[in-house]
Amino acid sequence: MHGLAAHWSGPDMSFNIVDFLFSLVQLTTFDYLRAVWEGDMSPGLIEAILDVIAILTVSTFLLLIVLFLIWLERKVIARIQDRIGPNRVGGRFGLLQTVADVLKLLTKETLTPAGADTIAYNLAPLLTVMTALLMWAVIPFAPNVIGVDLNVGLFYVLAVSSASVVTLLLAGWGSNNKYALLGAFRSVAQLVSYEVPMVLSLIIPILLARSMYMQELVLAQTVPFLIVAPLSAIIFFISALAETGRTPFDLLEAESEIVAGFHVEYGGMKFGMFFLAEFVSTLFMSGLFATIYLGGWRLFGLERLETFGPLLGLIVFFIKMFAVYFVFIWVRGTLPRVRIDQMLDLNWKFLVPLSLILVLVVAVVDKLIPAGAGDYYRAGVHLVSNVAVGFVALELLRRHAARQRAIYEERLVRAHSSAAEPEVMAEAAH
Amino acid sequence: MLADWQFIGIFLALSPIFPAAPVIANWLLGPRKPNPLKQQTYECGVETVGDTWIQFKVQYYIYALVFVVFDVEAVFLFPIAAAYDQLGLFAAFEVVVFVLILAVGLGYAWSRGALEWT
Repeated sequence: MHGLAAHWSGPDMSFNIVDFLFSLVQLTTFDYLRAVWEGDMSPGLIEAILDVIAILTVSTFLLLIVLFLIWLERKVIARIQDRIGPNRVGGRFGLLQTVADVLKLLTKETLTPAGADTIAYNLAPLLTVMTALLMWAVIPFAPNVIGVDLNVGLFYVLAVSSASVVTLLLAGWGSNNKYALLGAFRSVAQLVSYEVPMVLSLIIPILLARSMYMQELVLAQTVPFLIVAPLSAIIFFISALAETGRTPFDLLEAESEIVAGFHVEYGGMKFGMFFLAEFVSTLFMSGLFATIYLGGWRLFGLERLETFGPLLGLIVFFIKMFAVYFVFIWVRGTLPRVRIDQMLDLNWKFLVPLSLILVLVVAVVDKLIPAGAGDYYRAGVHLVSNVAVGFVALELLRRHAARQRAIYEERLVRAHSSAAEPEVMAEAAH
Repeated sequence: MLADWQFIGIFLALSPIFPAAPVIANWLLGPRKPNPLKQQTYECGVETVGDTWIQFKVQYYIYALVFVVFDVEAVFLFPIAAAYDQLGLFAAFEVVVFVLILAVGLGYAWSRGALEWT
């Protein structure tokens, strides 16, 4: 696709299993098949068949990796909480636990609650998985492996990911259940709100790379954008946590408050689809973070090696993606759930103004850097300005917190002296 | 250009298969004995009272409205960012003005108490 290692050509190549396996290692199978089929079929048909093969491969892989992700998450969370986690089904490490769970879900009765909006109720699980899968079309797995390098790549991701709000609302509204409806409204408030800082923070990598092509975003990262623009990366990570509805932002399915939120009425595989979509989109957010902030498949020029470069790039990408995914799990095991007003305040009163200012600063600083400056010089200037903005923001936050604390303590002291409220007094004594 | 979107089109057409297959398998494999008691909506064990589809807290919609303003305007920043090289110093100034207009919108919503959760 990018011609990095495509040696396959020739008018009448015939299929050869050795060459085919070699092309698999080089990740140039599609170029190979194109060369083999050339002449037998029309170019349009070849492209269509290759597209279908690519889609089936990626989607099947994603559906299967979720089995592993669920196991991984349970195992890691268990370790954080000083437990063992799944350890019975499938050997010492409980590797087949998720497979057993899937089999159980498959044999459950499919129910539709009375009074539910049948179309919305049954369409929602399909749509959420569709949106979760469709986002992967533009993720560059390796130098020559990407579904399609759209000219609006990152923009496409935002467009598709925001469709997930609609599916959650469909599920919550269609279920005819009050908990589900509460969960759906919370999800609208949360997902819609956190999309703003996410969109604004994603402007910065685009500004730095001068492109929305995903591959060019990777190629622009001589210095990974995590180092060039750390503040943008942090804002993106926090909004990604909220967008995927994970702890500490799992208000849309808060078990202790609204049972299971928008999917409370779902059972069997329909419930399984919501679970699947959550994990696929979390993995996607990790992959997106790895692509636009950690340099994707790049690692010190390793991917430029002659034969195994693309394969190494693929491995590097996966290592980065799972490293980010591990942080997602880590956060889940560490932080408690926030309240809805705290969640919205954090977004509208901190992250949105901060990301607006950051866009301003990066845009102005970028224009002030002389045109001939090298990559490292540019990266350094951006790093300094990012850290400065972050420092000022945290300092303002610290002062605000100190003020709030002073007000609270004053109230406690007053209550203590008048001794009118024994409860507050007891609290102050601690 | 259009060939790029062919992939998305095929993906869009094929993607319902992946969630539909397990759901249909579930429907085929699972028991099918519905009864009115089973189909009641869940509400912690008691029967549901009243209609679910009611007028809802307006606060949620206000956030949605603020979001629409921001998202639509943020969209305009993407092409500017992608073509920043071809734009002069004046364009940078325009970006500043544009973002400040956005900030004024946020400040207005904030001062009117639209961002307070009550």
